[in-house]
Amino acid sequence: MTQPNKPNSDQIFSSEEITSEPDVKWQDTFHLFCANRAALLGLTFVCLFVLVGIFGPIVIPADPFEMVAMPLMSPNGQTLFGSDYLGRDVFVGIIHGARPTMIIAVTATLVTVLIGITIGAIAGFYGGMVDNVLMRITEFFQVLPPLVFAMVIVAVFSSHIVVVILAIAITTWPTEARLTRAEFLKIKENEYVTASRAIGDRNFRIITKIILPNAMPPLMIAITLRVGITVIYEAALSFLGLTDPDVITWGKMIGQSRDFFFEAWWTVTFPGVAILLVVLCIALIGDGLNDAFNPKLRGR
Amino acid sequence: MKQAIFQRIFLGIVMITAVIILNFFLLHAAPGDVVDAMLAEGGGGDPELAARLRASYGLDEATHIQLIKYLGQVFRGDLGYSFYYDQSVTELLLGHLPTTLMLTISALILAVVFGTLFGVYAALKPKGIFSNFVTVLSLFGYATPVFWLGMIILLVFALYLPLFPAFGIRSLPEPEHAVGRILDIIHHLVLPTFTLAILYLASYSRISRASMLDVLGSDYIRTARAKGLSETKVIFKHSLKNAAMPVVTLAGLQLAQVFSGAILVETVFSLPGVGPLLYESIVRRDFPVILGVLFGAASTTIIANIITDLIYKYMDPRIQSIT
Repeated sequence: MTQPNKPNSDQIFSSEEITSEPDVKWQDTFHLFCANRAALLGLTFVCLFVLVGIFGPIVIPADPFEMVAMPLMSPNGQTLFGSDYLGRDVFVGIIHGARPTMIIAVTATLVTVLIGITIGAIAGFYGGMVDNVLMRITEFFQVLPPLVFAMVIVAVFSSHIVVVILAIAITTWPTEARLTRAEFLKIKENEYVTASRAIGDRNFRIITKIILPNAMPPLMIAITLRVGITVIYEAALSFLGLTDPDVITWGKMIGQSRDFFFEAWWTVTFPGVAILLVVLCIALIGDGLNDAFNPKLRGR
Repeated sequence: MKQAIFQRIFLGIVMITAVIILNFFLLHAAPGDVVDAMLAEGGGGDPELAARLRASYGLDEATHIQLIKYLGQVFRGDLGYSFYYDQSVTELLLGHLPTTLMLTISALILAVVFGTLFGVYAALKPKGIFSNFVTVLSLFGYATPVFWLGMIILLVFALYLPLFPAFGIRSLPEPEHAVGRILDIIHHLVLPTFTLAILYLASYSRISRASMLDVLGSDYIRTARAKGLSETKVIFKHSLKNAAMPVVTLAGLQLAQVFSGAILVETVFSLPGVGPLLYESIVRRDFPVILGVLFGAASTTIIANIITDLIYKYMDPRIQSIT
């Protein structure tokens, strides 16, 4: 990853300049992002998905658990995407599954990123022994296969939504921690950080106000992509039947139709396409951000 | 070099110990203990018997003493006993891990080899059709849930075009000849391996394209070309190894993730690996098995990571120690 707009070494920093994010030009980035059609398409679709998550269950108030048709009926006029083995409407399930998917994906991502950035920032900023210990802990969490560890946590504690969110976060934060650490190691060598130290800024201020904003470009890309990964991760846990049984999610719809999908392809295909589309659009946004932050690396 | 290897192995042992300690506390946090499981299998029992059994298993001792005993026990290879399967957890794991490892490793090798080749080929014409194909492939590779892909592949290649068997790892009855039996297992593993490999292949091809583009723009490649070396030699002898490095690094780091993917794929294809074992044990709340799987999976990853590090060091002698 190259760093855009490295500050000139003979530039003299005033206290004013130190705080005004020397590295990142947000406006340019915004324009570059807006010029990217694929990214805008992704953004539009993700907004649509959020709207479905918020208003879908109000517009289509039908109970997704209710049996409304003959079991395993193929898509027709009555049920748009067919019905599953209990005669539940697949389309209604997809609409109602959007909200929990969204809530879990966003909260789990936030928790993951919070843990990852905190640990990565401390390790990268302080270095030495602190870094050593924190990185060994990070490595430890990386050798535990994420899904297996999450399954164990859910099995030992409960399948409550909070436990599921925490399980996802606990098993995935190392990636963000490593990335944040790498960025911090790179950025803290810059003159403006030294300058900030010289004028007597406290460590906390240097971390949050000076280094973090400059580490944001790669982190923002990583966070965007993390949302997509979390959607799939949550779907996998639901697929295995490890999430709250009273909440309908896309992964759960696929998991519950596992024994019947040879007779009824629509029961797994449509919820899967829903996951695929949402995550694909998140990926387009991530790519757009990547191109906007690193215009030189376009198309890699 | 030797010292680095020892250091790496020592770190591995520390990690495995940490996994055991984590396991111990999870086992403590889990509802019910070994005595409950035993009595439940036997159809309940009176509290006095339970207390006596707990004493005989050392469950009434202080936590730290239990922890030390547990550590010793695990290092001797004893991971506890599953009353449901009526088998020791170690035996259960040794019976199920090979299938999962075979799936994980063959998928990873496929993904690394073909991902690198795809990326290198795409990098030769950065604006060509194949390069765009790699971009699209990597997007889909990122966005597709592996378990769903497995089901769709099953629908297409086992139901609509019945080329491959849909479930299990062996046909019944098994072929008589040994070669036939091996071919039969391979035939069963084709679809699951491809399902798992495609997703990683997709992301590796993009990474290797990026690193190949970097390498091709570097001075030493210009020198090689200026010397008049043939293009084939420039690509295969000078660039390929350096372009493959990031992919190998990533593959090593992602091992635990691929293992997780393998567990999902096994569930879809009903392969007798760790996945279905873990799933069944979670449904039955068979905690010694659940934690045994976590231990087995983690220690496999730790060992594999040490091996990857050593391969890496062999590939790039500049790197002295990777921690």
